[in-house]
Amino acid sequence: MEIVYLLEQVVNGLVLGGYYLLLALGLSLIFSVGGIVNLAHGAFYALGAYLSLEVIRFVGFGGSILITPLLVGLVGIVFERFLLRRFYAADPILSLLVTFGLAMVAEQALRMIWGSAPLPSGMPAEFKGNVMLGEFMLSRYRLFILGVVIVVMSGIWLLLHKTSFGRVVRAGVQKPDMVAVLGIRLQPYMTSIVVLGVATAALGGVLFGPIAIVHPAMGTEIMTVAFVVVVIGGLGSFWGVVAAAVLVGVVRGVTTHFLPAASEASMYILMVLVLMLRPRGLLGERIERFE
Amino acid sequence: MEVSKKHLNRQRRTLLKTGALVAGASALGYSALAGAQANTIKIGHLTPLTGFLGALGEYAVQGIKMAAEEINASGGLLGRQIELISEDSVNPQTASSKAQRMIEQNKVQVLMGEINSASALTISQVAARNKTLFMSIGARSDALRGKNCNRYTFHVDIPVTVMVNAAGEALVRQGLVKGKKIFALTSDYLFGHDLSKAAKAFFSRNGGTVIGDELVPTDLADFSPQLLKIRQARPDLVATNLGGNQVTNFVKQYAEFGLSFPVAGFNLNTADAWAAGEGNLGGIWPTVWHHELKTPGSSAFVEKFTKKYGRIPENHAWIEYVSLMMMAQAIRETKSVDTDKLIAYFESEAQFDVLKARKAYFRSWDHQLMQEAYPFTVKPKGQAKNKQDFLLFGDAVPAANEPLEKLAPPKSASECKM
Repeated sequence: MEIVYLLEQVVNGLVLGGYYLLLALGLSLIFSVGGIVNLAHGAFYALGAYLSLEVIRFVGFGGSILITPLLVGLVGIVFERFLLRRFYAADPILSLLVTFGLAMVAEQALRMIWGSAPLPSGMPAEFKGNVMLGEFMLSRYRLFILGVVIVVMSGIWLLLHKTSFGRVVRAGVQKPDMVAVLGIRLQPYMTSIVVLGVATAALGGVLFGPIAIVHPAMGTEIMTVAFVVVVIGGLGSFWGVVAAAVLVGVVRGVTTHFLPAASEASMYILMVLVLMLRPRGLLGERIERFE
Repeated sequence: MEVSKKHLNRQRRTLLKTGALVAGASALGYSALAGAQANTIKIGHLTPLTGFLGALGEYAVQGIKMAAEEINASGGLLGRQIELISEDSVNPQTASSKAQRMIEQNKVQVLMGEINSASALTISQVAARNKTLFMSIGARSDALRGKNCNRYTFHVDIPVTVMVNAAGEALVRQGLVKGKKIFALTSDYLFGHDLSKAAKAFFSRNGGTVIGDELVPTDLADFSPQLLKIRQARPDLVATNLGGNQVTNFVKQYAEFGLSFPVAGFNLNTADAWAAGEGNLGGIWPTVWHHELKTPGSSAFVEKFTKKYGRIPENHAWIEYVSLMMMAQAIRETKSVDTDKLIAYFESEAQFDVLKARKAYFRSWDHQLMQEAYPFTVKPKGQAKNKQDFLLFGDAVPAANEPLEKLAPPKSASECKM
């Protein structure tokens, strides 16, 4: 009996990992390629959730999944061009301050436009309900989210590993000076990476809006999880973030089984353990500029 | 050289202009303040406008502002206008220092407000130290009126025990308690623990068995592991002792997983219910007031509020409105703003019209307002007229022929000593 329950938490944790992955991957990409800690990442997640509520009225839920991340991606272009670009070569503290400030401005802007009351957000009725996988109960909607995440992640993996675009990006992560010597301007790649990063965050907002509360402070809520996953996974590694996301999801689920009050604390303890045993994260690359 | 000198002169001129402007503005402001000081009754108001209670605080400010404007429009109190100094209390520490500043610098006559029980506690301590009256409006923790009570603080909202009893009565009537297995989820902080304690006492008094009480961190947004545990436990009833918007999250995810056990809870604000959305919310919940209450006073209030702010009032808007009205009545009847006279008036168990069927009064020994409460549930599918219309409100409890104190903790069970 007990083992089945524990396994059910593990399976649920795997599914949850997909959601963490969506949030963390964008953050990790921006971190690895641009050296910038994007504390405003949560703001794009929140913007995705809010915009989705408006977009759904025109194109429905399915349309919103495609269109809202694109819209937020456009905002990302402006964000990169006018804000981030000035700080690639600057003291890391400055990019922290700027993105932190932006996060606060974004939260207030959301509050001013949509009000501070949480907005009702639902999912199409077809998605409600659970699915039994043998002895395990799984939410139909979360399986759908997992499916979307797998598709998106596969796309990003293909982009990073099978295209020349990806090759340049990966080279830029490991040896940016060599890339410059080869005469390749990293700037347009950086813009694309930022757009990709914020679009995935927005997609997270679209998908999770229906089962979380859509309110102005929702961005800050997910930042810590995204950070913890990025740190555990290590910089510059796609599979590192995947492994970390799944690990955090499973650890949370298992902790809830044995010691529910500690479930939120468990991922921080995990992070401390991983960093003590392997300071660069699970699969982190050695990034030149941080040594 | 030429350019920089011109530039310097321009800078100096701008500085002088700005300086003059600032001096002029502050002089105007000062005289307005000086003028105001002589004639107004100053009321210090604190409520959270940011954080997880921010949405409720917004309604609260709207409610009390509407009351202040109404009173001022009809001539004010004792021939003087009310000056409402309203600020964001943010957190318990900030609430405490702002309350102190309002008393010392702004020279407020009384303090009112709060929704966060922890902030209300710090403000009530500041009030007691400074011998200033504090009307704690929306904070519900039992401890505030129990072991932390003091002579200078009055409590308007129904406390945890009453919320549990209000919803609990309806649950008992539906046969969901006696002989049933109950699984509880509790927010892991002061308010959640309060709810849990009161809920457990209620269930054991009425023959129910609590088979599990899971503590949930207050920053938890994803309830999937807890939902799995609920299914594993197979209870007859799921009871939630959750605070703030955690209830909304839980309710939405409960609907997402499509579990079929009945859900009930002992804390839910209408704003949280609306956020959950039709189709997600189910079960039985308590509230201190609702916008469909069919009394002339209540309907008039709802109409006025909706016209002024473009949205239906939530229970926090109502409670702040009637609180200022009660304070106004006390000031008029005692013909003063003297703290001791006001306290004596409230303690005389004077009756107040709170727009409900029955009048309310403050109990003399713990300063808790005695009033009706209402259980509510959800309308059957398809009956809602709009996104906020899906709640089905029940009759007032206690019933018309029962004393108002029936649901409140009796003196023998209270730790309040003044």
